[in-house]
Amino acid sequence: MTDSMLSGSFAPVLPEIFLLAAACVLLIADLFVKSERRTASYVLAQLILLGCALLTALVSTYSLRRPVYAFGGLFVGDQMANLLKLMAYLATAMALAYSREYLLDRKLLKGEFLALLLFALLGIMVLVSANSFITLYLGLELLSLCLYALVALNRDSAASTEAAMKYFVLGALASGLLLYGMSMIYGATGTLTISEVAQHVAKLSGNAAQRPFLVFGLVFLMAGIAFKLGLVPFHMWIPDVYQGAPTAVTLVIGSAPKLAAFAMAMRLLVNGLLELAVDWQQMLVILAVLSMALGNLAAIAQVNLKRMLAYSTIAHMGFMLLGLLSGVVGGNWRNAADAYAAAMYYTIVYVLMALGAFGVLLLLSRAGFECETLEDMKGLNRRSPWYAFVMLVLMFSLAGIPPTAGFYAKLAVLSAAVSAGQVWLAVLAVILALVGAFYYLRVVKLMYFDEPADTTPIAGSGEMRLVLSANGLALLVLGIVPQPLMALCFAAIKAL
Amino acid sequence: MNLPLLSLAIWVPILAGLLVLATGGDARAPLQRWLALAGALAGFLVTIPLYTRFDAHSSAMQFVELTPWIAQFNVNYHLGVDGISVLFVLLNSFVTVLVVIAGWSVIESRVAQYYASFLILSGLMNGVFAALDALLFYVFFEATLIPMFIIIGVWGGPNRVYAALKFFLYTLLGSLLMLVAFLYLYNKSGGSFAIMDWWKLPLPLGVQILLFFGFLLGFAVKVPMWPVHTWLPDAHVEAPTGGSVVLAAIMLKLGAYGFVRFSLPILPDASRALSGFMIALSLIAVVYIGLVAIVQNDMKKLIAYSSISHMGLVTLGFFIFNAYGVEGSLVQMISHGLVSAALFLCVGVMYDRLHSRQIADYGGVANVMPKFAALMMLFAMANSGLPATSGFVGEFLVVLGSMKTSFWIAFAAASTLIWGAAYNLWLYKRVIFGAVANEHVAAMADLNPRELVVLGLLAAAVLFLGVYPLPFTEVMHASVNELLRHVALPKL
Repeated sequence: MTDSMLSGSFAPVLPEIFLLAAACVLLIADLFVKSERRTASYVLAQLILLGCALLTALVSTYSLRRPVYAFGGLFVGDQMANLLKLMAYLATAMALAYSREYLLDRKLLKGEFLALLLFALLGIMVLVSANSFITLYLGLELLSLCLYALVALNRDSAASTEAAMKYFVLGALASGLLLYGMSMIYGATGTLTISEVAQHVAKLSGNAAQRPFLVFGLVFLMAGIAFKLGLVPFHMWIPDVYQGAPTAVTLVIGSAPKLAAFAMAMRLLVNGLLELAVDWQQMLVILAVLSMALGNLAAIAQVNLKRMLAYSTIAHMGFMLLGLLSGVVGGNWRNAADAYAAAMYYTIVYVLMALGAFGVLLLLSRAGFECETLEDMKGLNRRSPWYAFVMLVLMFSLAGIPPTAGFYAKLAVLSAAVSAGQVWLAVLAVILALVGAFYYLRVVKLMYFDEPADTTPIAGSGEMRLVLSANGLALLVLGIVPQPLMALCFAAIKAL
Repeated sequence: MNLPLLSLAIWVPILAGLLVLATGGDARAPLQRWLALAGALAGFLVTIPLYTRFDAHSSAMQFVELTPWIAQFNVNYHLGVDGISVLFVLLNSFVTVLVVIAGWSVIESRVAQYYASFLILSGLMNGVFAALDALLFYVFFEATLIPMFIIIGVWGGPNRVYAALKFFLYTLLGSLLMLVAFLYLYNKSGGSFAIMDWWKLPLPLGVQILLFFGFLLGFAVKVPMWPVHTWLPDAHVEAPTGGSVVLAAIMLKLGAYGFVRFSLPILPDASRALSGFMIALSLIAVVYIGLVAIVQNDMKKLIAYSSISHMGLVTLGFFIFNAYGVEGSLVQMISHGLVSAALFLCVGVMYDRLHSRQIADYGGVANVMPKFAALMMLFAMANSGLPATSGFVGEFLVVLGSMKTSFWIAFAAASTLIWGAAYNLWLYKRVIFGAVANEHVAAMADLNPRELVVLGLLAAAVLFLGVYPLPFTEVMHASVNELLRHVALPKL
């Protein structure tokens, strides 16, 4: 352990400390907010996010070249953590903007929602910066517990309560599996700090007596990661939770937590167990193929849009794995940074797409009406050509058709897979992506080719319309100029 | 003055399309039509210097533009045209003008979106012909699917949804596999997407053959070659007239162009090894699809099958590896672009008056529409390859070229003149000649000035190319010879 790791610098933890304090302030301040619209709390929450972003930007200047550690190596501030945190703030801010009217219409816009959202974000931040199994688990549980509560936010709805129970029970099981895996690795290496685990594993992995322990632990870690990412066969909760939760909460679950799950995979597998890449890459191949196949095929059969997007998430996370599993080829990690950067780019772009897609659902919902079936998209082009166009961009981006950001995400991970020699996996992936294109196209078909069944004008607050338009345009602009975001991801991974 | 002409050819129509889109709803339809026409004309005007300033003696890429685009993957915004691609840029921009005029009074709903789709599509297709970076090519190639999907699905016939989805998914399947082939080459070439770098890349035969099939699916679906052609008749029948015109005149050429730009020079050994296979597929298209065309009852379907048959001749020309064949194929592509556009417009003219595409509903049109009948006669003749029309030049050259390879290939290829004459003349006889079939036909008015301009321009082009093809072929010579040099060079 180096000196810098031991020195008790609080600098990298500043955003987390600020958010914790600010979220508590918000919780108390909200008690004095009388208005139904909670404008004061809402603005405060957005300001808190802005503050976090500024602090993270400040902190990132310290950790530009190499990782900075805090709390005796429990916590790490590196470029990947900073970039993912910034994206998580952005996703949370957008989720707030999208969900405000929806929650207001359903009398769910309470201080608890804002506070839980911010605490979930705190969980994401801790997880993203974890350099120890303990920190990682802490962040994960903070995130998960907030999400369980958010799913049950509408406590009078049987579907929401059922979804929350399901999510909680399965989530607890997954946490148990993850902890068990961690304990196995701890038993073999004698340390909980991820960077030290990596050093021990490097020594132990050649040892025939110790290796089975490590691989055994790895299997359980993998189950925990797969649950959080929602990979087949650990995906059961996703469709039910996505459908059962209020759409605003589905939006929250489907966006920033994906970044956290990706970071968790990176911290455990790449930072900790890179020496075991031969083993975990094989597991990821199976998870990827199953997820892409089941996700894309099952999505076709869905009538409920939220459920369709849930299966689409499963497929997308499977696709993202193509990057993660292509890092190490025959003990050589020359291309590893490119492959992991591709996976990271994919995750970030996916989060932007998921935000937009659920944002459109929230825009079309109003008091007493949930926009959640395919039928509800009918004739959107007649009702509002602009938002139909935004949804068109989102759907083509999800399908991976250029010139949208989704194409470059697919391109990056496919390129990683091909350079790792996984050409047949890439061929399989594109064929399954073709299957996926069908159900995205069906949404476009409903919007453009059919006549509207419902001609109510589209409501939605000004800020929501603005953010949603920017979201759609961003995916198109990132499709024409993909370079900047890609450069950020590549730089972040190279600095690991 | 050194304008980035190719960028203008791509972006002028796209920006014009966005401008039309920004004008709003159908209340402003007249403005939108004039704007679209202005955009299309501007798009055509900027391509004219591409021809006048083109150096026909050079086989190098001209009007080259090169700007880094995505550094992580070494992708460049790399444009350029040679004698093979320059004519397609012109043809595309020319046809776009005609399509805008042809839709003038026919499209009443969502006018802005209609014109915007065509203008954006036109810019994207110019991008496909001009791209010298494989990823840029792919982006344009795929992006063309989106406007066409919308065109077929929104303004198409009764079964438009099925046709639009079939069109999209068929072509996407092909192009996704092509993408994997691109990524493989990118990886093999040490991280370059430049098409010309790939021309020099040595590849073992087994790999070449796998890549060839990857490309083949992408391009063959687009051409379309037998047996992956079944989307085309559906798409044509359901698409609005403008959609059919662009589909037949330009979009099919994207696939054939892909063979010339990618398959032949990058995979010469596989191309030679599989030439028998490709020739067989091409001849099946020429003969079998030609026969299928004869028995169609729907005029658009008949022309769609005739397109597939003619494109069979094009792919045949590429895979006999001599200058007559390749140049003949390229001339045939230009000619077919003009003739099929004209024939679909002719069907559109009749459809606008009678709202039927069934041959049986017509008869004796010559009695009520003499000007139209005369023009359609010319196009039907050109489609059957009559000398002094553009159709003859290409077909003759391809047959001549295949004679050098084998008498029987030439024999089968030449049979296209018989099938072509059979379905074109029989169609013409049933629709145009004879007594006036019913009172609906009797009520048909002859061409209005707008239609006359569109068909007249096409007729002039068809005759000019048929009588004096030199201005077109001389542009190609150097590039075709260079291409054949690449094909002859083994690179195992």
